[in-house]
Amino acid sequence: MAYERKFKIGKPILEVNNISLSFGGVKAITDTSFNVLEHEVRAIIGPNGAGKSSMLNCINGIYKPQQGTVSFRGQQIENITPNIMAQMGLSRTFQNLALFKRMSVLDNILVGRKLHTKTNFLEVALQLPKVKKEEKLNRERSEEIISFLEIEDIKDTPVGKLPYGLQKKVELGRALATDSTIILLDEPMAGMNVEEKRDMCRFILKVNDELGTTMVLIEHDMGVVMDISDRVVVLDYGKVIGDGTPDEIMANQKVIDAYLGVEH
Amino acid sequence: MKPVFMTYTKKDLINLAVCMFLSILIIPTFITTEYWYTSILIPWLCLALATIGQQIVMGYTGQLALGAAGFMAAGAFAMFNLILRVPDLGFVGSLIVSGLIAAAFGILFGLPSLKVRGIYLMVATLASQFFIIWMIDKFGWFKNYDSSGIITAQDIVIMGKPFTTPLAMYFVCLAVTTVLTLLAMNMARGSTGRNWMAVRDMDIAAESMGVSLLRTKVQAFAISAFYCGVAGALFAFCYLKSLEPVAFDIKLSFKILFMCILGGLGTINGAFIGAAFILLFPVLLNAIGNNVFHGAIDATIISSIEQVIFGGLMIIFMIYEPLGMAKLWENLKVSLKSKLSSSGTKSLKSSAQK
Repeated sequence: MAYERKFKIGKPILEVNNISLSFGGVKAITDTSFNVLEHEVRAIIGPNGAGKSSMLNCINGIYKPQQGTVSFRGQQIENITPNIMAQMGLSRTFQNLALFKRMSVLDNILVGRKLHTKTNFLEVALQLPKVKKEEKLNRERSEEIISFLEIEDIKDTPVGKLPYGLQKKVELGRALATDSTIILLDEPMAGMNVEEKRDMCRFILKVNDELGTTMVLIEHDMGVVMDISDRVVVLDYGKVIGDGTPDEIMANQKVIDAYLGVEH
Repeated sequence: MKPVFMTYTKKDLINLAVCMFLSILIIPTFITTEYWYTSILIPWLCLALATIGQQIVMGYTGQLALGAAGFMAAGAFAMFNLILRVPDLGFVGSLIVSGLIAAAFGILFGLPSLKVRGIYLMVATLASQFFIIWMIDKFGWFKNYDSSGIITAQDIVIMGKPFTTPLAMYFVCLAVTTVLTLLAMNMARGSTGRNWMAVRDMDIAAESMGVSLLRTKVQAFAISAFYCGVAGALFAFCYLKSLEPVAFDIKLSFKILFMCILGGLGTINGAFIGAAFILLFPVLLNAIGNNVFHGAIDATIISSIEQVIFGGLMIIFMIYEPLGMAKLWENLKVSLKSKLSSSGTKSLKSSAQK
């Protein structure tokens, strides 16, 4: 790519070391390691059931891997929970949409501002001036995100009533509202048409470019993955079978075999 | 449209003004029979307050809890003991401390919500209902060793002035309910309420956004129990006056649950609508029984009919309108408004044609 990046790709910000995860007798992930560099767009690809979502769930603390560690900015994190990771500056979206269905789009995105909300319930109940000030700032930031994602016209609609593609956008918005340094996107473009996908790519690249947010995404559309990511890691049956730039991955025989199948 | 940075819109302020006008001026001017104050308005306000408590934990935070009456009992007996033993605290001070004592129970019995959910949590919270009533019954100290087991609530004295007439007690209830309702609305519409609803709608996502499940759930239980505790104290001091722990049995908990569901889960005004419906409906049925059938229908049958209708309504609302009567009211207003505006444009057109 010819253009000059505002945020140069830097040192590893997130490192996954020798993670193994199994459910009962089923091994979802086996001894997997890879890293994510600061400010890059990193894709995780692989056939169905390769352990991609499980990987994100391990990074984010929803699953507890039996073995292995996750390090953030070179520091190993003990007892990972979603809450701790959020506080460290890692936010995410979910494969099967995990929005707050009965709340409006604006309210959903406002929940993403939780870690920038310091006032307690008593102060909120009494509507002290500092609560109003904080709420104003949070709302301004949320409105910014809403206009960035071009969803102003639906901001007061309960998200449960929105079509799938829009819900995916809202979920991205909620992750953006956290102002995290890393965002994990679990299939952000699943079930979208070409136009919606193009929009989503634009948003992801724009956020990465303008804010320097590190993006880790799982995606099935190879064209999209090869276009937008800086580096790709390929999982198959819970193991890393390829790791490198899109060009390297395209030339990797193991990856080709995994995707196209191989004669035995 | 709601201005972006304001908690209250003009419409809210108008609503508040209308409610205050009705409750402070119109009701006291036009309703003079004591019966309305002692048997309907005062319990309505108290139970609506307890229902707000139930709403916070169930409607907003999505935790199925059943034990509101237990917390009410804690509040009521705490109030009795505080006024008896720490008279310096005064009525308002005692009311707040009673609420806090109930809140402490709320935290204790809210802890299971971290591990169990749904119907299992409901069973776990039943423990609060039975434990609190049992504790008050078991230890005579709570009832000041009254041999009959019945306590008589002291007269309400605020700043040296007695509030003993039904009208005066109505104003006490009204003041407390208004303040607490406004505080509840502030919380529900602010960041606190958003955290509650996030936990209700998708707890894993809420946690990934940095909302602590432990904190949010326990907070909701504590605030809910505080509201129930204050409501219980008012219920005892303004309505029941002489009471025993059994007054706060499981039936009352269910009643509050019904008020919450029929009124509309996750709404504050639904608490008032639900409480009014559950309180007034039996009165209406009795009136029909007496005036239409002239007592031909037995009173026990009427009270059974009442149960059947409540049960039926619960099912109907759960299936067709989970947001309850508050939502029906909202829909009614919207359709009325659109009808009015369309007939308005019609008449404009017809006058223009003339």
